[in-house]
Amino acid sequence: MKRQIPIIITFLIGMIMIFSFFIPPLEGLEQTCSLFFDVIAVFAFFLGGGNLMRIHLNKLRRRKKDWGFSIVTLGGFFIMLAAGLLKIGNPGGIAASPTTEGSLLQEIFTYVFLPLQSTMYALLAFFVASASYRAFRAKNREATILLIAAFVILLGRTPFGMMLTAWIPESFSVLQVPNLAIWIMNSPNLAGQRAIMIGIGLGVISMSLRLILGIERTYLGDESV
Amino acid sequence: MRRSTIIVMAAIFGLFILTWILRSTSLASVQEHYLIGGFKVTFSAFLTLAILSFLYKDNPFYKFAEHLFVGISAAFWMSMGFWTTIVGNLIPRLSRSLSEFFQVPYQPGSYNFVYFIPVILGIMLLMRLSSKYGWFARWPLAFIVGTFAGLNFVRYLRSDFIEQVSATFVPLLVNWQGVEHFFSNFSLSASGQFVAIVGNWVIFLGVICGIIYFFFSKEHKGAFGTASRVGIWILMITFGASFGYTVMGRISLLVGRITFLFRDWLGLIS
Amino acid sequence: MSDVAFRIPLVVLSDIGRVISLMFIGAGLLWILVRSLRAKEVDRRIVFLFIFIAVAAPILFPITFQERATLIVRRLFDKVESLPAGSRVLLAFDFDPAMAPEVQPMADAISRHCLTKGHKVVFMTLWATGQALLTQSLERVVKGEFPEKLDGVDYINLGFKAGNENVLNIIVTDFRMMFPTDVNGVPLDSTSIFDDIRSCKDLDLIISMGGGKPGIKEWVLYVGDRVNVPLGAGVAAVVAPQLYPYYPKQLLGLLGGVKGAAEYESELVRQYPHLEERGTPGLRMMGPQTLAHMVIMAFIVIGNISYFISRRRERKR
Repeated sequence: MKRQIPIIITFLIGMIMIFSFFIPPLEGLEQTCSLFFDVIAVFAFFLGGGNLMRIHLNKLRRRKKDWGFSIVTLGGFFIMLAAGLLKIGNPGGIAASPTTEGSLLQEIFTYVFLPLQSTMYALLAFFVASASYRAFRAKNREATILLIAAFVILLGRTPFGMMLTAWIPESFSVLQVPNLAIWIMNSPNLAGQRAIMIGIGLGVISMSLRLILGIERTYLGDESV
Repeated sequence: MRRSTIIVMAAIFGLFILTWILRSTSLASVQEHYLIGGFKVTFSAFLTLAILSFLYKDNPFYKFAEHLFVGISAAFWMSMGFWTTIVGNLIPRLSRSLSEFFQVPYQPGSYNFVYFIPVILGIMLLMRLSSKYGWFARWPLAFIVGTFAGLNFVRYLRSDFIEQVSATFVPLLVNWQGVEHFFSNFSLSASGQFVAIVGNWVIFLGVICGIIYFFFSKEHKGAFGTASRVGIWILMITFGASFGYTVMGRISLLVGRITFLFRDWLGLIS
Repeated sequence: MSDVAFRIPLVVLSDIGRVISLMFIGAGLLWILVRSLRAKEVDRRIVFLFIFIAVAAPILFPITFQERATLIVRRLFDKVESLPAGSRVLLAFDFDPAMAPEVQPMADAISRHCLTKGHKVVFMTLWATGQALLTQSLERVVKGEFPEKLDGVDYINLGFKAGNENVLNIIVTDFRMMFPTDVNGVPLDSTSIFDDIRSCKDLDLIISMGGGKPGIKEWVLYVGDRVNVPLGAGVAAVVAPQLYPYYPKQLLGLLGGVKGAAEYESELVRQYPHLEERGTPGLRMMGPQTLAHMVIMAFIVIGNISYFISRRRERKR
């Protein structure tokens, strides 16, 4: 019962989604299922928030390592939640967008969330540079091909590449770095990405079938429960 | 707490106050609430520097910023999900009184009672937080998996398989007007016939050889092995191109942050 | 900090600043090369400092370049340009702050272009963070630069809905089922912009801007390939190479990273010179981008030189 009913649900919903594509009268049912999904997705957000609270409250209670930072997490969580759910400072009132300019939610987003997330990803620029110096070696033919392609793209995507090879005449213009970069993107890159895309596409199709037919059941978790 | 730690923290606090005052002073002529405006920008700058301090080594300021981000991020998505979907799509279909309270237009309908199903499934999903009743979450998870599997099956088959195979059937002789015309107009011009022909051959053979490389059920020997090797080379060019674009993308993010520090915080650039 | 007091000396010294920065970076790279040849370790924090200087110097002492749109960008620009005034264009802001430095400039440029042409613009997003960033764009570009445009008449903000591709699965046949109101609770039926729009089929152009999931791939799979509406994309550079298989049959045009943004801005300014004063952040970012690319290429070359030399030494032993 604990595993059989979910498998039946997956089968029924999956079949509705597939057959509605070919049988237009089923389209309404498919869209209702999509709308159901949207609502469940929001509950998944609540689940994420609830899990966060559970982990950090547990850390606080047991005074685990770095428990002080859990206060920061929970403090930020509750302040943002209050700002968002209660629409604190929202000039438009209850009907307005939660991100109306001037609302506390939008202010916290602009001055806390945005710099934090942007900077976390900006750190990657430094690590890419460090990896370029330490790790990217032309150890064999394949690695050399990769590095040459990377070089052409790096040069070609900057105005310096144009300046470097502007002297090449029109009859050999494919050898100008920017044109070479464009050709690499439109031909070998396209071919490689398409091969990968077809492979992934076939994988997704087969996995979808396995899930719908109940052959793949790992999403149900532990078999003993 | 060690003396050096206290000195460092005092220095950082002093720097914060100093830059807050200076920033607020520069905003005094353009903003009404310049003290708050100055504080917001200064706090953002310090959060930015706290994250960047990780490059030196892991430290409490980085941990503070990281933990703050986690908490705020989760709450942001919860708030947005509640107002846009629960209040925007669910409540108008379930309750007239709640619709009036939230000032959203009520959407009456004969079959609106079915919208209690996602509510029930959603509550079952929340039971994942309980170790005893966590198995209830399998039902909504099954619904989610079934939806994705059903939608993806058809869409990936059409867009990522059939359309892609179709797009690979490109003409191998582009703008062909005879051998004489080809040789008399031969050039390595980027917009020329020869480059277009080579490009199409690369696409056609490259896709086939790339797919052959991923076919691991047959040993890569002989002609099959040669095709597989060509496939690897095509894939290496692909990965090199991806690396080049990745570098560009990451540098752009850094440019954005440094621009913020120099322009909005320090006022060094306009 | 007085903006004026700092700006005047920078303007006067910018050429000297550029030269000194380039000399400093060049000398530093030479130092790293010499250290590497002597098989001495270079602390990674030195490498970090180099990248910081390579990016910071052109921001302080701007280096600007002219850009010319490549065909893949031109096609999207020409499509927006060729649509008659009053065409219905949907702009999806499917990104978060991590992609904003690259994608926001192109989102602003495209919004500006559409509003200048007099198109009816429908704004929406599949990301919660996208709604907050969309609010910023609306304040800055739409309300700031086009105060005569009316909400609900010339443009509309539908905001965010949870559900990823399921949102697209619904709006492809019925907008109102997913978006009964706009972001401020105004029913779509009471807005004139949505008089002729029932679903995505009634749009003249869709442009998705982003780079994650859900993003342009989902728009292609769930909307573009299902209805006969031209679809364009502006994406973060990391994702751009993966979308080339969709071009040109399934994707009309593609702006990849800040270069794509710079190309679109340059075309926009060429076509409408008065828009230059509204800012071209994409073009401004190409200076630091170029120098940083040079430094990273230098790192790769230096790293490989030291690798080959150390390998030869080991073989001799």
